[in-house]
Amino acid sequence: MPRVGVFVCQCGTNIAKSVDCAKVAEEAAKLPYVAHAATYVYMCSSAGQQMIEDAIREHNLSAIVVSACTPQMHQKTFEGCTERSGLNRYMSTMANIREQCSYVHKDPELATQKALELTAMAAAKAARDEPLFQSEAPINRKALIVGGGVAGIQAALDIAEAGYEVTVVEKTPSIGGRMSQFDKTFPTLDCSACILTPKMVEAYQNPNIRLLTYAEVEQVGGFVGNFEVKIRKHARSVDEEKCTGCGSCWEKCPQKKIPSEYDEQLGPRTAIYVPFPQAVPLVPVIDRENCLKFLKDRCGVCQKVCPANAVDYTQEDEIIEDTFGAIVVATGFDVWDHSDYGEYGAGQIPDVISGIQFERMLNLSGPTHGKVLRPSDGKEAKTVVFVQCAGSRDDQHGYPYCSKVCCMYTAKHAILLREKAPDAQAYIFYIDIRATGKGYEEFIRDAQRKYGAQYIRGRVSRMFRQGDKVRVFGVDTLGGGQVKIDADLVVLATAIEPRHDAKALSQLLGIGCDNNGFFNEAHPKLAPVDTMSAGIYIAGAAQFARDIPDTVAMASATAAKVVGLFSKEKLLSEPSVANCDVNLCSGCRACYVTCPYDAIEMTEHDDRAARMTRMVACVNENLCHGCGACSGACRSGAMTLRAFTDNQIEAQVEALCELVPA
Amino acid sequence: MDSPERHTQMRVAYYPGCSLEGTAIEFDQSCRAMCEALGIELVEVPDWNCCGASSAHFVNHDLAVALGARNLGLAQRTGADQVTAPCAACYARLKFSEYKLHEDPERLGQMLERGGVDYKGGLRVSSPLELLVRDYGLEALKEKLVQSLNGLKVACYYGCLLVRPTEMPSFDDPENPRSLDSLMETLGAEPVDWAYRVECCGGGLALGRADIVRKLIGDILDNAVEAGAECFVVACPLCQGNLDWRQTEAGSQRGKQYNLPVYYYTQLVGWCLGLPPQRLGIEKLLTPATTLLERKVSGLVSQVSEGV
Repeated sequence: MPRVGVFVCQCGTNIAKSVDCAKVAEEAAKLPYVAHAATYVYMCSSAGQQMIEDAIREHNLSAIVVSACTPQMHQKTFEGCTERSGLNRYMSTMANIREQCSYVHKDPELATQKALELTAMAAAKAARDEPLFQSEAPINRKALIVGGGVAGIQAALDIAEAGYEVTVVEKTPSIGGRMSQFDKTFPTLDCSACILTPKMVEAYQNPNIRLLTYAEVEQVGGFVGNFEVKIRKHARSVDEEKCTGCGSCWEKCPQKKIPSEYDEQLGPRTAIYVPFPQAVPLVPVIDRENCLKFLKDRCGVCQKVCPANAVDYTQEDEIIEDTFGAIVVATGFDVWDHSDYGEYGAGQIPDVISGIQFERMLNLSGPTHGKVLRPSDGKEAKTVVFVQCAGSRDDQHGYPYCSKVCCMYTAKHAILLREKAPDAQAYIFYIDIRATGKGYEEFIRDAQRKYGAQYIRGRVSRMFRQGDKVRVFGVDTLGGGQVKIDADLVVLATAIEPRHDAKALSQLLGIGCDNNGFFNEAHPKLAPVDTMSAGIYIAGAAQFARDIPDTVAMASATAAKVVGLFSKEKLLSEPSVANCDVNLCSGCRACYVTCPYDAIEMTEHDDRAARMTRMVACVNENLCHGCGACSGACRSGAMTLRAFTDNQIEAQVEALCELVPA
Repeated sequence: MDSPERHTQMRVAYYPGCSLEGTAIEFDQSCRAMCEALGIELVEVPDWNCCGASSAHFVNHDLAVALGARNLGLAQRTGADQVTAPCAACYARLKFSEYKLHEDPERLGQMLERGGVDYKGGLRVSSPLELLVRDYGLEALKEKLVQSLNGLKVACYYGCLLVRPTEMPSFDDPENPRSLDSLMETLGAEPVDWAYRVECCGGGLALGRADIVRKLIGDILDNAVEAGAECFVVACPLCQGNLDWRQTEAGSQRGKQYNLPVYYYTQLVGWCLGLPPQRLGIEKLLTPATTLLERKVSGLVSQVSEGV
């Protein structure tokens, strides 16, 4: 005979303000199988937990119900109570009378009645709880990092530092990511390359880190502790072992006019190229779509001039298959394409560029060697208009969100413009200035006061070519009135957006995307680097627009998560998962097609009674999330969810019907 | 889908609106003539009322939607599945009514009660420009042309209402529209690349605040001239009116003489279809407009004869 204890939490006044907790406890005591009921102001406090543990021993309880907040908050807390009292930890059920009752109901009488009903249902379930046991799985202590920008590099270094092996998969020919494209960083104006390249080199040299550049993740299977991953390493056409990075090949390559991705199309590169001088590894790749050897079977100069005999036109893609215990996704961001802005010239005005293009222009090794020049005619730009929120905070054209970093980098651009050309003038159109980091507000003020940037609060309505200038019309909402500026150059602070292939990657990994296409964190406040898939973590701008310090902090956080996971001896998995009774299973595959996590396999079962071998469903407990979709789909009643059996759910319904007046 | 057979069967409800019976009568004449030549049957909406532009929607939003709803109901009685309104303001108002009614069917009931006419919804509201570019097709139109505009440098002026407001689905980009340009290219003209294609012409301020209109259209004219335009093509009676009537005034204020004819696109299409200028009302335009077209055609002839 089960003996259930009911503990009604008042949560200060959060629950007690609309629920009569004493009455709920008093009524609950009369329910079937309930041997004890009590109420307390904070059940989750040490005193509250002690009270539960004492009651379990004193009243010889076999299971408990805690009517309090959501189980997402405190399920584990109260499982601790049952475990410490000598019961199986899973003999603990929570009824949510806060979020689903007191928070949303004002009428005390009705709220009290509902709290009692929820409690009675939980008690009916608890009376039918069975002890459950966690299962164990081994952990493969190697980490995979997708994306070799500053986030991926930081996570790799931290995990490698703890002594674990790391593989970094980077899509482009070099690690470094967006940060390697920046000239200076705000608010300190550090040279971006100077602070990043030491980390790149460190990652390259660390014996625990394997860098796979020009490579992509193609397939992901398995589960936390045991992800089976297929990686495609694109044919570089250059032998990484032999190449010394001497540069003879790209100096001699006759294809010199290919728009450089690294320079954001403002400058050229060759067909055999390294994206930038500090690339890691310093090994070129051949862009086969633009190489004469591959297009017309001519040229072959790079092979002839290579002193190391490293150029290999016959190289093929390599498929690498490996198993990893954890995955960090740090794929970064794309920049919104401003050709959607008809009123800003629909991308057709050469002297209207994006912030990241301006960033390349400022860089000494960039396409203009650090000079601010008009792309149209190469003349120096003296009057520069910056337009913030281009595609951000704009439902009509772009995204509803604030891209977070544009206020800061625009101020940086204005400062650097004045440093390059003391007679240049920056005009900055803005909606609000968001400068919420350490030293950020001071930085904006410097741009205004020391570097003479003209901040104009208002939007730009239109811009078009007027002679050799770009005429910009806008509004000054503080001064009141229209503004007309004939600019040499217009720089749009284009929105940070998810990578164009983020959706595909999210499907590959089984992690979700939000409305805007960024990867979803498991909880916006309390699990910002976890995903809903155990063992997969996210860092940097793949989750949302981030600046460098936030990105690095997130990356280290994912590393802590990975190291924490790897430091466990074995992986324990939650037992409240689905289970198939093979004797009842008809092999109809309804569960197999329903399961959103691919946790069900069809396996052969030797049915001795029927003297035949037949196919039945089998649950992979490591993949199962315990969602219950399969047990709902099962026609023969073979599939049950542990801790939520059909039996228990029916008992809950009955308990509710008993209480509801006919 | 673009077979000529289908085009001969096109039957569209026609909403002229007040301007097209008065100051913009040449828009009405040329639109009807153009459609007839193309085999598009226009059935005038019986007993149509004011579209609600400017007067109604400034005062009472519900009334503005109700006026449109009544027109839509009447248009549906013709049995056509779309209604076309040449005037950009009428077009925008009808489209807005259809959009609002579609968005909120409960409102539909109330509005129709006010309008006193039954409307089942689902009528497509189009501008004849949309009809040409999207439904008839520029390729099919090309086959019917008998003369070319022969490199006429034209500033395509869309104005504010044809492709806006942006919250309503539009047949063209609200900030960088292209449909008039493609139509002009089809006619053999050379649309100029200019910046003021969707700027405000001053609209109804033409009467009360002519000073503002003179400034606005002066800017538009200057930009068009700078871009090398010889004339304008427009899709709205107000745009046409302001650019045409106020052109001399705006010019004398700036010490300039512009002399840019302001055609409706229907007139230019009609011209290229070989319709007589009288049927298109080209002589009704204030800035002399016939000579330029004739010169272009003779240019074509002389070029051809030179080629021979």
